[in-house]
Amino acid sequence: MSQTQTNQAAVSKEEATWMFQKMLEIRHFEDRVHEIFGTGVLPGFVHLYAGEEAIAVGLCSHLDDNDYITSTHRGHGHCIAKGCDLDGMMAEIYGRSTGLCKGKGGSMHIADIEKGMLGANGIVGGGFPLAVGAGLTHKLKKTGGVAVCFFGDGANNHGTFHEGINMAAIWDLPVIFVAENNGFGEATPFHYASSCKSIADRAISYDIPGERVDGKDVIAVREAAQRAVERARNGEGPTLIECVTYRNYGHFEGDAQTYKGEEKVKHLSDLDAIKKFYTYLTEQGIMTEEELDRMDEEVRGAVDRAVEFAEKSPHPLPEQLLEDVYVSYKTEGGAVS
Amino acid sequence: MTRQLTFSQAVNEAMAISMREDQDVILLGEDVAGGAAVDHLQNEEAWGGVMGVTKGLVQEFGRDRIIDTPISEAGYVGAAVTAAATGMRPIAELMFNDFIGSCLDEVMNQGAKLRYMFGGKAKVPLTIRTMHGAGFRAAAQHSQSLYSFFTHIPGIKVVIPSTPYDAKGLLLQSIFDDDLVVFFEDKTLYTMKGDVPEGSYRIPFGKADIKRSGEDVTIVAIGKMVHTAIKAADELSKNGIEAEIVDPRTLSPLDEDTILSSVEKTGRLVVVDEANPRCSAATDIAALVADKGFDYLDAPVKMVTAPHTPVPFSPSLEDIYLPTPDKIVKAVQQMTGSELVM
Repeated sequence: MSQTQTNQAAVSKEEATWMFQKMLEIRHFEDRVHEIFGTGVLPGFVHLYAGEEAIAVGLCSHLDDNDYITSTHRGHGHCIAKGCDLDGMMAEIYGRSTGLCKGKGGSMHIADIEKGMLGANGIVGGGFPLAVGAGLTHKLKKTGGVAVCFFGDGANNHGTFHEGINMAAIWDLPVIFVAENNGFGEATPFHYASSCKSIADRAISYDIPGERVDGKDVIAVREAAQRAVERARNGEGPTLIECVTYRNYGHFEGDAQTYKGEEKVKHLSDLDAIKKFYTYLTEQGIMTEEELDRMDEEVRGAVDRAVEFAEKSPHPLPEQLLEDVYVSYKTEGGAVS
Repeated sequence: MTRQLTFSQAVNEAMAISMREDQDVILLGEDVAGGAAVDHLQNEEAWGGVMGVTKGLVQEFGRDRIIDTPISEAGYVGAAVTAAATGMRPIAELMFNDFIGSCLDEVMNQGAKLRYMFGGKAKVPLTIRTMHGAGFRAAAQHSQSLYSFFTHIPGIKVVIPSTPYDAKGLLLQSIFDDDLVVFFEDKTLYTMKGDVPEGSYRIPFGKADIKRSGEDVTIVAIGKMVHTAIKAADELSKNGIEAEIVDPRTLSPLDEDTILSSVEKTGRLVVVDEANPRCSAATDIAALVADKGFDYLDAPVKMVTAPHTPVPFSPSLEDIYLPTPDKIVKAVQQMTGSELVM
C-alpha cells in the first residue's frame, strides 16, 4: 500500500474545494437515499456508494466532459463525481420523467453521455469491454481523452476483466481500470472469491502497471490516478489501480450485513474518507473548518432540493413505454422512435 | 452497371463502399485481416476472414480500421458497442453466430438496451455481421441459425439476406443505420452468384421482397430457404399450383403487411425456416397470420423447419435435418388436399 505523500502542493484550494464538495454530495445523497428507501417510496434495487467517495472523486478530479467513465450497480458516486446533476439523478431514482434517463433506467442505469458518464451498469463485469470501446474511440479519433472503468472486487473474477484489460493493453488504449475493493462481492469476502492477495497484482499478467492504494485517502487515490491518466494520455496504455475501501451500507438496501464484523465501527468513524480529508485540509491549512462546515450545510440543502424536485416531478406518460427503443423502426403501425 | 458477384463479394463490396464514404466505419473481428504484427505482412492480410469475405480490405484501409482482435468475443463485441455509442460506426464480425454464447451479455444487456435505459440519449450504430446456417458439415457448434434469439430482443434489428443483391443493399443500410443491427450471412450462400449493381444503394428495413409471384399458396422463406422454396415452387408449378414466395429480408422489423396481403390473396401459408422449430421466426410468422389474418386462411398454417435437435455432423443426417424442396412440396400437398390434385 502506497503512503500518501502529504505536502501542501498536493492539492490547491480550488481543487480541494471541488473534491470536498463532490465527496459531500455523494455522502449526503446516499445517506438521504438510504433514509428515503427505508420509508418504502423508492421502487427497485438501490446500491449505495457511501464510504467509497474518495475513489470516484480522486479519479474524476483529473477528468473533464470529454473523458468517459463506465460504472457499476453501485454507481451514484461515479455519476456525481463525473458531474451528473443531482436533481436529475434523484428524479431518476424515483422513476420520474424528469430523471436523467426519463425514469427508464433507474438507480442501476443512470447515465449522462454529454458528461462522459456511460452508465451505471446492472451487470457485474459489464464495464470492462465498454471502457475499452470508449478508449478505442479516443485512440482512433485522437481526442486525447481517457476512459475510466470503475469496478468492484466482485468483478475481478469475471471473464470480461481478462478480456477487457488484455485488449486495452495490447492496443495501448487510454483506459484506467479502477478496482474498488470493499472486501465483499455481495456477501462473499474478497479473500474467499479471489485467488490473489491483491487485485493490483493481476496487472503483471497484462504487462501493465498495477498499484494498490488506500481507497479512503482521496489524496492517495488522486496521485495514483494522476500517474495513470498521464500514462493514458501519452499513449502508453492502461493502468490497473486497486483502491482498498469499505462500503458503509450493505450490498443493496435491505441487506442485513451479517457478514460484517467489528471493523465496521472503525470504518464509519476514524477511517472515514470524508473525516480524513477534512482533517487533512484543516491541518494543512488549505481550508478552514468554517469553510468546510459551510459547504456541508450547502450540500445538505442541495440534496434536500433534489429530493423535493424528484417528489414533485411527474411520472412518465404511458406512451413513453414505447419510445427510445430504436432511433427509427418501421412497423405495421408506423415508425416508433 | 450491374455485373455478377458472389454473395461474399457483395458483402465485401458493401463494407469497402461504407468505409470510403465514412471514416468512422471500422471493422473488428478475429482474423478479419489476419497476421497482425507479423513484420513481413504489414498492411497485407494473412486471411481476410476465415472464409475470405473481408479479403483486400486491410490493403485499402490499413490496420487502424481493419482491426484483428484477440479471440475475445465479449471483449471486442462489447468494445464495439461503446465505440458506436461514442462516435464510431463499427462493424463487428462474430465469426460464427454460435459464438454468441461468449458475448451475449454485450449484445443483449448492453448494446440492445443502452438507448432505452438512457432515455433515448444514446445511439448504438453498430453492425454485427455473423455467419450462420447448416449444410457445411460443420456440426453442432458452427451450424446454427440463431436469428430468432436476436429478433426476440427489443433494441436489435435483424437482417437476413438471401441473394448477393440483397446482401449488398441491406449491409449498406445496416452500417449506416443508427441502431444495433445483427446481419446474418449464410455460409453456404457465399459462393452463390447474382446480379449486383456497382456503387452504393440501400435496401430499407421492414420491406419484404416477393421472390416469386403465385396465387395458390404463400411460402414465407427465410435466408437460403428462399432458394429451397423456389425449387419446391418449380415442382408445384408443374402440377398447376403457383406458390408465392415472400422473403422477409429483415425479421426485426418485420414487414407484416406484405405477408398478410399475400396470404389474403392465396389463402394458405407455409413458413420455411432452417432454424429449430420452437419459439422461432417460423412460429412468430405463423402466429402473426393466425392473429391478424385468420379470416384469410383456407387451411391450417404449416411450418417446414429443422427438427428440435442440434445440427448433426454426419452428412447423411445433416441432409435430412434441413428443409428440402420435397418437404415443402409435401406440406403444400397436405394443405391443398384434393382441391389441387398433384
